[in-house]
Amino acid sequence: MPFVILYFYIQAAEFMSQSTLNLSNYISTEIAGESALILYLTMAEYEGGNTSELIAALAKKLAAHLSSVITEVVPSYQSMLISFDLFKVDHLSLSRRIHALAAEVTLFDVDSAKEVTLPVYYHSSVGADLSRIAQQAKISIEDVIKIHQRPTYTVQAIGFAPGFSYLGDVDPKIITPRLNTPRTKVPKGAVAIANNQTAIYPQVSPGGWNIIGLCPTTLFDPNTEQPSLLSVGDKVKFLAIDKQQFIELGGKLDEYMVEDN
Amino acid sequence: MQSKFKVVHPGVHSLIQDNGRVGFAHLGVTTGGVADKQAYYWLNRMLQNEQNAACIEITFGGLKLHSLCEQVICLTGADMPLTINGQLQRNWCSHQVKSGDVIAVGYAKSGLRSYFGVHRGFKFEPQFGSCSTVVREQLGGLNGQALKVGDELGCDLLSTITNGEKKTTHVKCFALGVMDIPRYHQTVTIRVVLGYQYQAFEKNERDVFFNNEYLVSKQFDRMGYRLHGVQIHSNVQALKSEGICYGAIQIPPDGQPIILLNDRQTLGGYPKLGSIFSLDGDKLAQCGQGAKINFVEITAEHAKQLLIEAQSQRQSIQLKRFQPSSG
Repeated sequence: MPFVILYFYIQAAEFMSQSTLNLSNYISTEIAGESALILYLTMAEYEGGNTSELIAALAKKLAAHLSSVITEVVPSYQSMLISFDLFKVDHLSLSRRIHALAAEVTLFDVDSAKEVTLPVYYHSSVGADLSRIAQQAKISIEDVIKIHQRPTYTVQAIGFAPGFSYLGDVDPKIITPRLNTPRTKVPKGAVAIANNQTAIYPQVSPGGWNIIGLCPTTLFDPNTEQPSLLSVGDKVKFLAIDKQQFIELGGKLDEYMVEDN
Repeated sequence: MQSKFKVVHPGVHSLIQDNGRVGFAHLGVTTGGVADKQAYYWLNRMLQNEQNAACIEITFGGLKLHSLCEQVICLTGADMPLTINGQLQRNWCSHQVKSGDVIAVGYAKSGLRSYFGVHRGFKFEPQFGSCSTVVREQLGGLNGQALKVGDELGCDLLSTITNGEKKTTHVKCFALGVMDIPRYHQTVTIRVVLGYQYQAFEKNERDVFFNNEYLVSKQFDRMGYRLHGVQIHSNVQALKSEGICYGAIQIPPDGQPIILLNDRQTLGGYPKLGSIFSLDGDKLAQCGQGAKINFVEITAEHAKQLLIEAQSQRQSIQLKRFQPSSG
């Protein structure tokens, strides 16, 4: 008998956890432009983890159910820009439909994010700012590398450049502000830190983040069906590899170059 | 016979464009696309093209092409003199060209960007559903780059030779009535839909924005227009980065508005007053440094109504048949 009660208790708890995540109560939508709405998640924190997971789950739901009227959804941290075809829908009716779909988001939707492990060749020869971060934090380079690998990061936003994924949060010990003057050329695959975030540069670009290593994995390939390896809400782990492994995984050191201003 | 045009001179800045890349902003991929959608609409009407045919957006002017095929061409948008083999031709009008013809586009007398197209558009492999060039992202057009000397622009073959017999697809030439040709001015009133963080701007700050004239600074491009004028202050210092829609009016800490256009970055963290009405965005994109900008507020409902009216109005306009004087 106690067994049965326990069983029902678990069922009820599961049901509760799914039904109580009524995102409709935690979002607000406002006009952004003639054919765009901006949605804000008003919940600052939630027990399950990172709030950007909730935004990501809602973004997927909207993309799946409102693709006939929505042209873009841009999830980011605690907001989402929603552009729509104004010949098919208006701000008010779209807002109502979004709230109805938000009410249906469950923890199952949140858990559907994928986890990706990215190999990183951490070394001063390819991580121009590694030793400075260690000095500032008064720890060894090895510790910086260890600390950077420890968390499971969440993709909180994608932007700045195609496939550039903002990952959070970095351990407070290695939080480092952006460079005062951005570099004119950061190499493809550079793994870097800015404030409490970390990222990998998908292409060669200018940039002001602190570089600590190189990742051989292609993060953005415009010629594939899924051009960006990562989506908002995905989980990322970093794994240290050595130079040999980096090359075996397709990494190219001869293309590595950091230009300081 | 190959069907293409060859770039003799690329001009100041000429890019392959179409309607742009829609649906990839969540991957950090910007929209791109023609900066003046109205001029582009007429280009495609005049050439009997679908409304997403790839064309050349010519900024400032100076493009010179060598035609290596028989085709029909058209130039709309900014008032840039068009010549075929040195003979001045009408803009907003389609013309037949033949292999060996040299087509030159001079510098803008009014407006900033013109649109040059051919029947059925230039042929490029779309990336993310669009041929639009975004140089910053190295996407679209010719390897994501602006046109340069020697580039070849493929197009449809209008005449074929079968069993020694030449067969030409006949394409009629059309012209837009003079009264219907848009005029480009250096003083523009832009309608604004209030939105995003407009509540972060106090009433008197919003009044400053709507009661003063702003000048287009020297920093203007397809990404955005930086304006210069009376400073506006918000109560917000920095925001978590959020999606930016077309036409968003961003106010950075220096208080000078930036209007974000087609090649805007997908995310930004400055407070925004709202967004400009898209039909006025077409006019803004024809402005250069020193142009005077005034703002007036409209509601989202009014903007929608105006767009529906504008669409039905231009659909009701009949093109005129044009008898070519040359060729």
